[in-house]
Amino acid sequence: MSAAALPSPGIAQPASDEWPLMRGDPTDASLTDAVLAPLWHSSPAWWALFAFSAAGTLLLLGTVAYTVMVGIGTWGNNIPVAWAFAITNFVWWIGIGHAGTFISAFLLLLNQKWRGSINRVAEAMTIFALVNAALFPLLHLGRPWFFYWLVPYPATMNVWPNFKSALPWDVAAVTTYFTVSLLFWFLGLVPDLASARDRAPTLLRRRVYGVFAMGWRGSGFQWQRYRVAYVLLAGLATPLVISVHSVVSLDFSIAQLPGWHSTIFPPYFVVGAIYSGLAMVLILLLPVRRAFHLSGIITEAHLNAIAKLMLAMGLMLAYSYVIETFMAWYSADAAERYTYLVGRPFGPYAVAYWIMTVLNVLSPQLFWSKRLRTNTAALFLVSVGILTGMWMERFLIIVTSLNRDFLTSSWHIYMPTWVDWGILAGSFGLFGFLFLLFLRFVPSVAISEVKSLRLELASRRRAESSHA
Amino acid sequence: MRDRSWSSGVYMAEFSSARELLAAVHAFAERGYTQLETYSPVPLRTGIARRRSWLPMVVFVAGEIGGIVSYAIQWFANVYSYPLDIGGRPANAIPAFIIPTFEGTVLAASLAAFVGFFVIARLPQPWHPVFDIDGFERATIDRYWLAVDAADPHSAPDRTIRELGALSPVRVLQLDAER
Repeated sequence: MSAAALPSPGIAQPASDEWPLMRGDPTDASLTDAVLAPLWHSSPAWWALFAFSAAGTLLLLGTVAYTVMVGIGTWGNNIPVAWAFAITNFVWWIGIGHAGTFISAFLLLLNQKWRGSINRVAEAMTIFALVNAALFPLLHLGRPWFFYWLVPYPATMNVWPNFKSALPWDVAAVTTYFTVSLLFWFLGLVPDLASARDRAPTLLRRRVYGVFAMGWRGSGFQWQRYRVAYVLLAGLATPLVISVHSVVSLDFSIAQLPGWHSTIFPPYFVVGAIYSGLAMVLILLLPVRRAFHLSGIITEAHLNAIAKLMLAMGLMLAYSYVIETFMAWYSADAAERYTYLVGRPFGPYAVAYWIMTVLNVLSPQLFWSKRLRTNTAALFLVSVGILTGMWMERFLIIVTSLNRDFLTSSWHIYMPTWVDWGILAGSFGLFGFLFLLFLRFVPSVAISEVKSLRLELASRRRAESSHA
Repeated sequence: MRDRSWSSGVYMAEFSSARELLAAVHAFAERGYTQLETYSPVPLRTGIARRRSWLPMVVFVAGEIGGIVSYAIQWFANVYSYPLDIGGRPANAIPAFIIPTFEGTVLAASLAAFVGFFVIARLPQPWHPVFDIDGFERATIDRYWLAVDAADPHSAPDRTIRELGALSPVRVLQLDAER
């Protein structure tokens, strides 16, 4: 019989002819062991990075504690620039999260088999980015210990959140996104945690992974119901890819400030979000691929696909930049024209504008070259550039619209303080800290999906050779 | 078949590849066996008949309820309990309420899909008869198992074991009824 057909519909997208989706001739056991190896052995490099990111996390804890004790007057923002680093970081981190859901849910529904070896890293990235993102609006509340006032609960005060404001929308969007991402991640992990349980070298580890594997035994019934649940969750997570950053963009576009009040914002933000997220995926994936010797399952075909996606997103973002500038001119509104045509490119924050333009619009053009699309150094550098450029974009949107709006008498120059910088740097620390823990304790590649892919490739090869 | 009631025991065979397992399922189904179950490290399309899952229906209903409840909370808070007149806009601000309603729908549906899966799959389940088999750990790594319920009207102790053995498995074994 035609062996090993998988329950997903349709035929897998053929990989590029030049680059296989999987290299060498791995067996089920060798694939499992290759992915699980980092769980059983650490390395000095891991410890060094871990210590470094732990120090960053301490910096975050310190600066956050200082902010909470003294107040957000320790930050550089004030009227009129009431949003500054905090909201920039929020929008930037939450945007990074989008690629995880894009890769794990969107590409699953589109039956893109190559996602199987990178989706776990991307999903973990999403969750850790959201942890960081959620921190900033909470601190920005000024009195973060009252954050629960944003949640509609029957309080003795008889006061409710105002759902016509964008703030409760953000709360709904971000908490839903975080919860769904976490559920999706854990559901995807269950069969792999069972593999870890069954390969664990010590009794304690076997028990810990056993608890998290929930007693998974891989029966046909479980697999079938599992696939149903997984595809359902993917289907539910897919609209979130589009909606979360759309909701975030409404924070801006429902206001009337020049540079914010625009209908292009939701798609423009979503494109930028996926763009920065793909860049972060590469920044995490390239070292992991190298350190854990995973280039047999994360091949040039994967890098090529991500680079192409980044190029596409970069072009869409460039289009958004052009359109929003054109619309500012076309609106004939003096304040809009000033913001887009003078304030941003030649105003006090012009450096950020030009950094953004060069890094976001020009640097991905390198990926028209096939050689550069699989060159790890180029991919890494361009990704760092894109993340920087995207941060600059968020900063520009927020600060240049606030610091010079309609009334020239209230123009004001915003400068961040050391606390602002400390929290930003510390958030990198926390992100790295969580990601490094993930690498050591959780299978970083979806083992069962990679094994499925191996089976499918093998049966396709057999079919081809018998046909020949 | 679900593998939770092996009232008269079960015959099991271990295979070293998915191909052999699928061939075995195929052979047994042709002989008329119906109470078959497989164990594999990857999802397989074995052709074993199963009822349709009711999870999609549960998820749909949960999503509807989540959406209605989300809208109702907003309506109660901003229209009934504590209306705020901001610039004369209507208290029942349908466009503004769409966003939390959508999020509530997705959240409730996702929670239902997640919890529903574990309920349907009867997980977490710390112990199952197959876990007593020495070497069954490899069922999540690289071994493929076929289980034939001894209660299957078609199975007979000697014949079923012989038929399993004829499929060149790594080994064949029999588990007695537990309870």
